[in-house]
Amino acid sequence: MGNFDRKIETFLRVFIDQGGYREVLIGLKNTLSIAIIGLVIGIVIGTAIAAVRVMPKYKILPRILNNICSFYVAMFRGTPMVVQLLVFYYVLLPLMGANLPSVTVAICVFGLNSGAYISEIMRGGIQSVDIGQMEAGRAVGLGFWTTMLKIVIPQAVKNILPTMGNEFITLIKETSVVSFVGAMDLYVAFNNIGSNSYEFMIPYLVMAVIYIVLVFLIAMGVRWMERSLKKSDRSR
Amino acid sequence: MIEAVNLTKQYGALTVLDQISETISEGERIVIIGPSGSGKSTFLRCLNCMEDPTSGSIFFEGVDLTDMKVDINLHRQHMGMVFQQFNLFNNKTVLENITLAPLHVGLKKAKGRAARIQLKREVEARAHELLQRIGLDEWADKYPSTLSGGQKQRVAIVRALAMNPKVILFDEPTSALDPEMVGEVLDLIKQLANEGMTMVIVTHEMGFAREVASRVLFMDGGKIMEQGTPEDIFDNPQCPRLKEFLSKVI
Ligand SMILES: Nc1ncnc2c1ncn2[C@@H]1O[C@H](COP(=O)(O)OP(=O)(O)OP(=O)(O)O)[C@@H](O)[C@H]1O
Ligand SMILES: [Mg+2]
Repeated sequence: MGNFDRKIETFLRVFIDQGGYREVLIGLKNTLSIAIIGLVIGIVIGTAIAAVRVMPKYKILPRILNNICSFYVAMFRGTPMVVQLLVFYYVLLPLMGANLPSVTVAICVFGLNSGAYISEIMRGGIQSVDIGQMEAGRAVGLGFWTTMLKIVIPQAVKNILPTMGNEFITLIKETSVVSFVGAMDLYVAFNNIGSNSYEFMIPYLVMAVIYIVLVFLIAMGVRWMERSLKKSDRSR
Repeated sequence: MIEAVNLTKQYGALTVLDQISETISEGERIVIIGPSGSGKSTFLRCLNCMEDPTSGSIFFEGVDLTDMKVDINLHRQHMGMVFQQFNLFNNKTVLENITLAPLHVGLKKAKGRAARIQLKREVEARAHELLQRIGLDEWADKYPSTLSGGQKQRVAIVRALAMNPKVILFDEPTSALDPEMVGEVLDLIKQLANEGMTMVIVTHEMGFAREVASRVLFMDGGKIMEQGTPEDIFDNPQCPRLKEFLSKVI
């Protein structure tokens, strides 16, 4: 155990005295902002796509939109996230002559990617809402989009909340791919601490614990939201 | 008020409505009866274009609703609809169920904060009035899942009333109710009838049909086979299909 104590000592020295915690904090901030902002973007894109895909398709415009959305979803679900990130960062942006920070690019790619997945989740959620809810909205003269936003989607969200929680957890875990485009994240931060001290056991252990705690907190948050949303099912 | 012209609806090869032409005038209380699958619901749902007719037209106050250029939402605001399964908005309170559409419509027109606040107050006052009328004002802030079937349907009816519709379409409003709750819903509909509301009702309640109808339509095989006053239809039926139908349901 003396060995283990020494390892902890080494880790603390690099982590605190040599300022390793700063990189960890940056990494944590990046991980969270990529996952959270990515999720928010994903929810907006995903909800819009899902709504387009359940639109009545008598007219030509919904049909065109629907095809575009199908293509988009197939693209982003059909390729690995790393590939999407690399293509955006090293191919598309240079071609457009744009130069964005890698974290910003990662946020965009995560948003676009999760938008594709969330659209499928959301579509299932929308289809699980009784068709009578849409009909009742239309019958009182509300438009398709108004009824969707005010009546159907709120109920759909309640049905898919657990699945969305899983999607968020997936995003948190996948943020480790940003090291491919040179951004700081938890893995890079702890890896640096490890390299500086030639001691990897404790850094990776702490990293694993941080991920576990994050995931645990999210799961708790989702359960809390589910409970508060359930209220409309019972009397108050 | 509503005029169907050569109304036809097909699902694939199945013709559900076959060249129906019919006029419904203001103040009429039309009751539609007929065997299951005869197209009653489809006919009713075509009247406010919840189903798009395959061919033919629906004129509501002279406007062809089947015309794609017509703003259907605008016209639906004047045509209430009450469903067999109530279809109250589950994520809204009883009060919000009633105020949602009037507020949505009004807020588009209201200019300025003061006007919006004023509108909200008026719409909510009217909703409470309607709820008092059906004795459910105490339930205003509850969610629909806490109501009985009969209560839900009465709320659904006043939700339609809140838009001050010119006509209300009822599709089997009591079919999903426990027998002891049928009466309260029928009573409310009868009240509206007495107040002169124009309505079109699909129902299997023959006693109610006889009592409330100013005109009864008998549908079979996607056509209106016979029509007339309740006395004509129930006491002196002509076509054999109607006789057969009545012998089964009465
Ligand atoms: N969306 C649909 N797709 C295919 N067929 C349909 C659809 N809706 C209705 N139909 C068919 O159209 C026919 C008429 O249906 P409709 O609901 O109008 O009958 P109804 O007279 O209201 O019957 P009920 O008394 O059972 O309510 C039925 O044969 C039904 O199966
Ligand atoms: Mg029916």
